[in-house]
Amino acid sequence: MNDGAITVTDLTKRFGDFTAVDAISFEVARGEIFGFLGANGAGKTTAMRMLCGLSKPTSGRATVAGFDIARQAEQVKRRIGYMSQRFSLYGDLTVRENLRLFGGIYGMKPARIAEKSGRMLSELGLGAERDTLVKSLPLGWKQRLAFSVAIFHEPAVVFLDEPTGGVDPVTRRGFWELIYAAAGRGITVFATTHYMDEAEYCDRVSMMVDGRIEALDTPAALRAAHRAATMDDVFQQLARRAKRVSGC
Amino acid sequence: MIRFLIEKEFKQIRRNAFVPRIILMMPVTMILVFPWAADQEVRDVRLAVVDGDRTSSSRRLVEKVASSGRFTLTDVADTWPAAMESVEAGRADIVLEIARGFEKATVTPDADGSAKISIAANAVNGTKGTLGTSYLTSILNDFAGELLADAGGAGSAAGVPSVVPQYRFNPRLDYKVFMVPALMVMLLTLLCGFLPALNIVGEKEAGTIEQINVTPVRRLDFVLAKLIPYWLIGFVVLGVSMGLAAAVYGLYPAGSLLTILLFAGIYILVVSGVGLVISNYSESMQQAMFVMFFFTMIFLLMSGLFTPVASMPRWAQAIAAVNPLKYFIEVMRLVYLKGSGLGQLLPQLAALCGFAVAFNVWAVFSYRKSE
Repeated sequence: MNDGAITVTDLTKRFGDFTAVDAISFEVARGEIFGFLGANGAGKTTAMRMLCGLSKPTSGRATVAGFDIARQAEQVKRRIGYMSQRFSLYGDLTVRENLRLFGGIYGMKPARIAEKSGRMLSELGLGAERDTLVKSLPLGWKQRLAFSVAIFHEPAVVFLDEPTGGVDPVTRRGFWELIYAAAGRGITVFATTHYMDEAEYCDRVSMMVDGRIEALDTPAALRAAHRAATMDDVFQQLARRAKRVSGC
Repeated sequence: MIRFLIEKEFKQIRRNAFVPRIILMMPVTMILVFPWAADQEVRDVRLAVVDGDRTSSSRRLVEKVASSGRFTLTDVADTWPAAMESVEAGRADIVLEIARGFEKATVTPDADGSAKISIAANAVNGTKGTLGTSYLTSILNDFAGELLADAGGAGSAAGVPSVVPQYRFNPRLDYKVFMVPALMVMLLTLLCGFLPALNIVGEKEAGTIEQINVTPVRRLDFVLAKLIPYWLIGFVVLGVSMGLAAAVYGLYPAGSLLTILLFAGIYILVVSGVGLVISNYSESMQQAMFVMFFFTMIFLLMSGLFTPVASMPRWAQAIAAVNPLKYFIEVMRLVYLKGSGLGQLLPQLAALCGFAVAFNVWAVFSYRKSE
């Protein structure tokens, strides 16, 4: 067993000649909120997909919740939650049915699922919508629900891939309160984002440029090191070094 | 955990606007409408007659043909070229020419001993031409028998061989009896092969499959949860269509119901396997639909559904030999019409089991939870 929630050593992913992720190394401690930043095409999503077992590394190794992502992918999957960039709950199932499905998949008993979803939905303010088809919920609520589903089985680590894309700052703020609550219960949070206000909410932040991690520290330390007033300035300074065309 | 996945599939099928309808409409249209439309029995063959003899015998023959119910007399021409003209104009399918001296030859056989009759068929519509000719020939044989009986009683008729075909297992050569069991095969192919496969590709498109792929759900469980609901639906639909066949056409399997169910079970595995393989290689519904359409066309045309496999060219027979549809259609027809038991169907059983294993192994190996 490893102490850190996530340990990454020289993790690399190549697609043909293209090196999407270039020998990155870092560690994330338990209960930490780790921001994984970078421009479009910097390799964030590819790195995250490897950590979730959706993609196999070309070389290097990583452990998540103490298990090797290449050799023990199924053990890893039992201990993580994942919220993809694209909303991917079942739109033609109701809020409660989605919770029942994903709770059941992780081996929770029906009685426990029912009890926990009741409590969780009233905390989220979704109690009245429990029998609404998920596809008819507004985007902000869909995101809150997707996050709740991702942590419903109390995973050790939850991966969030641009969880708040397309919603206003107030809704984003509300979403981050959910993240803080989860981290407070000991769940490690690993999130990618484009929004620099969100970067400020993280315990530590890494900046990815062209498949490499160019900076990794607390937001305050990064601002100090780059003599920047905001995380946005830090990001601009680092992203300017990128040689890759963004958007792939 | 598979229980939760199956539960989810049923909820989704129930809420889908299109799947429950297709499950209801397909057996009804296939079994009630299609056999009538796809009937290859030939009626109303339009006949042009050239009566060169103009005797009572020749008139009797023409009357006999006209009253058989198979033919409509559309033209009585004086000469062969005139009759051919009406074929060319599309007014007649078959020309029957009774040569001059017909009656004389039937009463007093001359040196070469035969009365001359010619038949010419327009074979643009091959089935109509062939079947029309064979109906006409059998009427002529009949007529010859009558003449002999009139002329000399049993004595002189004894020397003439007469061929009386006896059609076993489908005595009235009813085309519907032949088609309905094969249409049940089509139903199972579409319901258990296509629908689950399209459903999986649909999850790929929606991105929901990715949410499943990060969970500990085993790929076998995911796939089984997709298939089991459609297997159940497949058996229900098979039951409904057998019920319809009995109620509407009075068609009951001559063989055992268990044999049908056993083969249906194996066949369902085969087609779901094919569907899964296609879904594993398809990124979008559109792509999956086109690939399925392509294979269905080939499978259907080379299955013996419409034309017998044994009369196909050798290379086509070789392709048909790797067509699962062919084997199950054979089985359904043999069990329904001939009452064949498992013992007589071992080659088909072996072939279908082989396909089931091959396609499902391929399906499992081509399914990837990660890239």
